Amino acid sequence: MDMYSITRQFADSWALLFLTLFFVGVVVWVFRPGSTPGHKESANIPFQHEDKPASDADDAHIKEART
Amino acid sequence: MWDYFKLAILGLIALFAAIAANYARDVAYLVNALTIMLVAGGMFLWMVRTAGDEKPAPETGYMDGVVRAGVIATCFWGVVGFAVGTFIAFQLAFPSLNFEWAEGYANFGRLRPLHTSAVIFAFGGNALICTSFYVVQRTSAARLWGGNTAWFVFWGFQLFIVLAATGYLLGATQSKEYAEPEWYVDWWLTVVWLAYLAVFMGTILNRKEKHIYVANWFYLSFIVTVAMLHVVNNLSIPVSIFGSKSVQVFAGVQDAMTQWWYGHNAVGFFLTAGFLGMMYYFVPKQAERPVYSYKLSIIHFWALIFLYIWAGPHHLHYTALPDWASTLGMVFSIMLWMPSWGGMINGLMTLSGAWDKLRTDPIIRMMVVSVGFYGMSTFEGPMMSIKAVNSLSHYTDWTIGHVHSGALGWNGMITFGALYFLVPKLWNRERLYSLSMVSWHFWLATIGIVLYASAMWVSGIMEGLMWREVDAQGFLVNSFADTVAAKFPMYVVRGLGGVLYVAGAVIMCYNLWKTVTSVSAAAEAPVAAPAE
Repeated sequence: MDMYSITRQFADSWALLFLTLFFVGVVVWVFRPGSTPGHKESANIPFQHEDKPASDADDAHIKEART
Repeated sequence: MWDYFKLAILGLIALFAAIAANYARDVAYLVNALTIMLVAGGMFLWMVRTAGDEKPAPETGYMDGVVRAGVIATCFWGVVGFAVGTFIAFQLAFPSLNFEWAEGYANFGRLRPLHTSAVIFAFGGNALICTSFYVVQRTSAARLWGGNTAWFVFWGFQLFIVLAATGYLLGATQSKEYAEPEWYVDWWLTVVWLAYLAVFMGTILNRKEKHIYVANWFYLSFIVTVAMLHVVNNLSIPVSIFGSKSVQVFAGVQDAMTQWWYGHNAVGFFLTAGFLGMMYYFVPKQAERPVYSYKLSIIHFWALIFLYIWAGPHHLHYTALPDWASTLGMVFSIMLWMPSWGGMINGLMTLSGAWDKLRTDPIIRMMVVSVGFYGMSTFEGPMMSIKAVNSLSHYTDWTIGHVHSGALGWNGMITFGALYFLVPKLWNRERLYSLSMVSWHFWLATIGIVLYASAMWVSGIMEGLMWREVDAQGFLVNSFADTVAAKFPMYVVRGLGGVLYVAGAVIMCYNLWKTVTSVSAAAEAPVAAPAE
């Protein structure tokens, strides 16, 4: 088979399957049980560190707050 | 030592540009070579004067100087791009505006790519670069990576714009829509873009937050995908290194498919994914509440990434493109409707519980209208990609109306909202100079878009119907010139819509200028307030 037919066949079989499964996996991962607090925390990222970067001291403080 | 190395490089570039200008085979190349010579020469002189100076200690705060420069560039190129667009709209209505004395330089054909590149790449590109630099620092809690590389990205991008724009006016184009710049300008943009990617990735890798905020995912996908699209669509071989002409590597329908794979993903990743990055940061910030659903935002991102890249063939319905390919493009375009509306709902619902802000805050109003236009044009687009609809709409003004409701409504308005948010923060002002001016801008822009889009819908559907109208004997009823004459009133209305939109942007520039120059500085923020 020529290159075109080989790649074309690969694209509409294994590649399509892989991409679909990857996407389904993302959806499952997003809605996995117990994920809500983590997402809430991520959604609040824009409201921290408005004026200056985190210093190392801040780092320790954040880690403490998370545990 | 590094300084002397840079001196040598700059000197060589200036020398080579001078040689290139001497041997130039066409005037566009000549002017571009002279531009590069002047820039490199100027930098050389400046380096000579400062080489070996003590370098100031590296700063540790956020790097906002380059963001400020980006805000100024966005305002400037925005007004230029809108003004050129309005002018060419009137050129279509009144052909005598294609002045005799400017024939070959400022007629519609030369100015049109200048307009599209100025608004998409100069206005939109600068907005994306400066907001991405702002957002990635705040959401990573880290200073921009790479020191002055960010400044290289900024100035390099401006040089790209100037080279492209002067080239268009003087006739250098490879005739690919939204990818008109010739080979050496493409090479330069590739260098600048890789530096941009490095700065952005480097900052994310340095981040102090555990999680990469969703806005950064959108920005990163925009940077990576545009790099890939740009390189593949611009595969061409220069005829001479001393001339602007190049020959495409692809030919025929392959070239057309590559072009529209590029073209549609320029819309999908430049004008959608990048600006969604803006939405996911600035709407929550202005509304002072986190995004409605973070889970939805992740699904929005991945669905957009997986679907957009396939939608390009819908630009080539009923052409030499194989049927299966255009059907594939149509199906994926229709599927795109879902993630787009998921994203729109996510943006709008961020305001839930704070809807009163719509009444009091014109900036939020701007952002909400912008997200509304995102929803509207991502419904219109899939509809127009259906083959039966496309057989009416294609090659008509409907397409132009669709593009502008997306570009003016979604990209323009979200950028204005972001600029109004950014300027007081970046220049440390306690507030904007005038909120009523923001309201004026809002209404001028909104009415301008409505005039523009509705004029183009009417004109597009009318001309589509006139083109296909046949009499009882099967002859076409209208000549092409009949449709042109019938479109005249709509063309005038479209031009007026453009005038309103430019007027709004000028008011914005004045307002932002006065904010920086005559509003008092913001009070010092309370020290060590806990972030959580």
